[in-house]
Amino acid sequence: MGSRASTLLREEEIEEIKKETGFSHSQITRLYSRFTSLDKGENGTLSREDFQRIPELAINPLGDRIINAFFPEGLDREDQVNFRGFMRTLAHFRPIEDNEKNKDPTASEPLNSRTNKLLFAFRLYDLDRDDKISRDELLQVLRMMVGVNISDEQLGSIADRTIQEADQNGDNSISFNEFIKVLEKVDVEQKMSIRFLH
Amino acid sequence: MGWLLPFDNLLCMALGISFTVWFTSLLVFIIVPAILGVSFGIRKLYMNSLLKIFEWATLRMERGAKEKNQHLYKPYSNGIIAKEMSTLEQEIQELRSSSTTLSSEPEFEMADIMSFCRRGVESIVDDEVTKRFSAEELESWNLLTRSNYNFRHISLRLSVLWGLGLLIRYSFLLPLRITLAATGIGLLVVLTTIVGFLPSGRLRTYLSEKIHMMCYRICVRALTAIITYHNSENKPKNGGICVANHTTPIDVIILANDGCYSMVGQVHGGLIGVVQRAMVKSSPHIWFERSEVKDRHLVAKMLSNHVADKTNHPILIFPEGTCINNTSVMMFKKGSFEIGCTVYPVAIKYDPRFGDAFWNSGKFGMVSYLLRMMSSWAIVCSVWYLPPVNREEGEDAVQFANRVKAAIARQGGLVDLLWDGGLKRGKVKDTFREEQQKLYSKVLVGDQEDQAEDRPLEFSTLRPEEDEETGRLDRQGEEQPLDSLRLREDCCLRLQGNYTLRPPTEEKEKKEEGDRLGGPSEARPQEHCPLRPET
Repeated sequence: MGSRASTLLREEEIEEIKKETGFSHSQITRLYSRFTSLDKGENGTLSREDFQRIPELAINPLGDRIINAFFPEGLDREDQVNFRGFMRTLAHFRPIEDNEKNKDPTASEPLNSRTNKLLFAFRLYDLDRDDKISRDELLQVLRMMVGVNISDEQLGSIADRTIQEADQNGDNSISFNEFIKVLEKVDVEQKMSIRFLH
Repeated sequence: MGWLLPFDNLLCMALGISFTVWFTSLLVFIIVPAILGVSFGIRKLYMNSLLKIFEWATLRMERGAKEKNQHLYKPYSNGIIAKEMSTLEQEIQELRSSSTTLSSEPEFEMADIMSFCRRGVESIVDDEVTKRFSAEELESWNLLTRSNYNFRHISLRLSVLWGLGLLIRYSFLLPLRITLAATGIGLLVVLTTIVGFLPSGRLRTYLSEKIHMMCYRICVRALTAIITYHNSENKPKNGGICVANHTTPIDVIILANDGCYSMVGQVHGGLIGVVQRAMVKSSPHIWFERSEVKDRHLVAKMLSNHVADKTNHPILIFPEGTCINNTSVMMFKKGSFEIGCTVYPVAIKYDPRFGDAFWNSGKFGMVSYLLRMMSSWAIVCSVWYLPPVNREEGEDAVQFANRVKAAIARQGGLVDLLWDGGLKRGKVKDTFREEQQKLYSKVLVGDQEDQAEDRPLEFSTLRPEEDEETGRLDRQGEEQPLDSLRLREDCCLRLQGNYTLRPPTEEKEKKEEGDRLGGPSEARPQEHCPLRPET
């Protein structure tokens, strides 16, 4: 039975999150509901264990990387993410709406712009946040995705080929701009969007 | 102070009279009908009037919200997000087809990561499993604080109504129900012990049946359970096994109200142990010692012996192994399907508007759960008896179990899931992640047989011998996977991201926020539901 009133989201908070992320009122309320149901410790924040408790995420080969994306401050085990941070990360996956394309250019780029979506994907590869995907980082991600089913040599050659195709300035790693170039034909808006219901 | 004495006498008299009146009306209106098996229809009347009140309450809240120009939070039936229905393979192939090179070299696209990423985030926002372990959310408020999320929009009138409801529930209904429950259990223990002294024979069986039914009827009234039984012609018969979906320990009472069953379970101490020992005196039930529970061969043997004797009542088993919140049916453990007798499936669906019956064992102990149940409005449920099934030729136990599960899900309007209910406490086995990795590798390097089929025995090594089902509470939470290669097709369904087999009658899932699970596993009390034999 417990008092739920203390953990209800205040209207001001909802407005702030709405401005920052672009989610609608009802979407925010529902996502808050989801957030609290994941929060087993009932302290208003999620830890990595809370995420890992989701079976469908636990079997995703890139599950750990995705969880990392919610904790931007590094790989500290004690990290907790509050609801604002949770929403900020989820905002990357909002579909790009047409009216947003015509927003005034002086406003900061919305979290779900194509560039920001690409940055999110880039950060999944770039673990050490040095703005470059090195061969090792690429190999790491590849290994996570294929498990034990592909040999080291084959994986190495895949990585080499990928870097070769993408690298333009010859530093044997992929920078963010090179990343964008490689993916220019990909429908990022559709691939990195989740259809949130109203 | 002398003038207090007459008051004292008056008080005693008043108490005495009210107690007598109370007890007599209890006897007349509830206990005697229970013994005889008739009903005045009081409960149905109660239920209908409650429904009207709830609807009114919700309308008021909506109006209140509109006045303040705010949104009334409503758990939408269609969920938070609409998931992509394409499989992982299909998505990745799409990326490939955009490039025209057809090489035998493994092709990797940097955009592949996006498919995994999106699916991962989708599962963070909405997954099929974790929401099954907390109470369902309701569309309309039922005047219980435990199921309301809109405190702001409650007008004064509504609060008064709620207060009134609180008063009625706790000062009238609760003591009434506790009295009844005590009567019921007391009678059960005493009478079964007495009958136990009779020699084995028809008289004893007959009496024991009558006593069991009577006491269960009293218990049903103790919970104000309004049960509708459908298709009674399919009721389980002797020498079979009855399987049902599991939501709460009360399931046992609900089913036993309408027929005699043999229970299967672990021996407990305390009051439950007393009840168990008494029950066993007059009719055969199967109670296991804790140590015996892990010995699945012993379990199987005892079950087989029981069903072989056609004079024994059908065994009641809940193959899910744990309480699920009644929106879905999770994996059935195959043990009870291996025995080779007729299986009588039963679907139980609770109406959550009157009080959610789901036992969230992580959050509530048994006693607090029962108190919550007894202070809800009522427990309303429907029971469907499905036609008996037998294992078909060429069907193994797991397929049989899935077939029965699908039938139960379809009838009860529940979502049919392949996930194991044990995920409530345990972690998913790594093999499932390895399946996903294998799938992706196939796309990458093509269908190279020597690599992909390298580990076909992966699944068979996860034979049930290694997994302890009920020992879960002591161990680290070993997960029980799908344990047969022949379920490949089901695995593929999951790999596609479509983790559920939707019943033909498309059921709108309700999203729930519900109570938060909390508490360490050590503090969890034992669920004394009948034993789910491990597979």
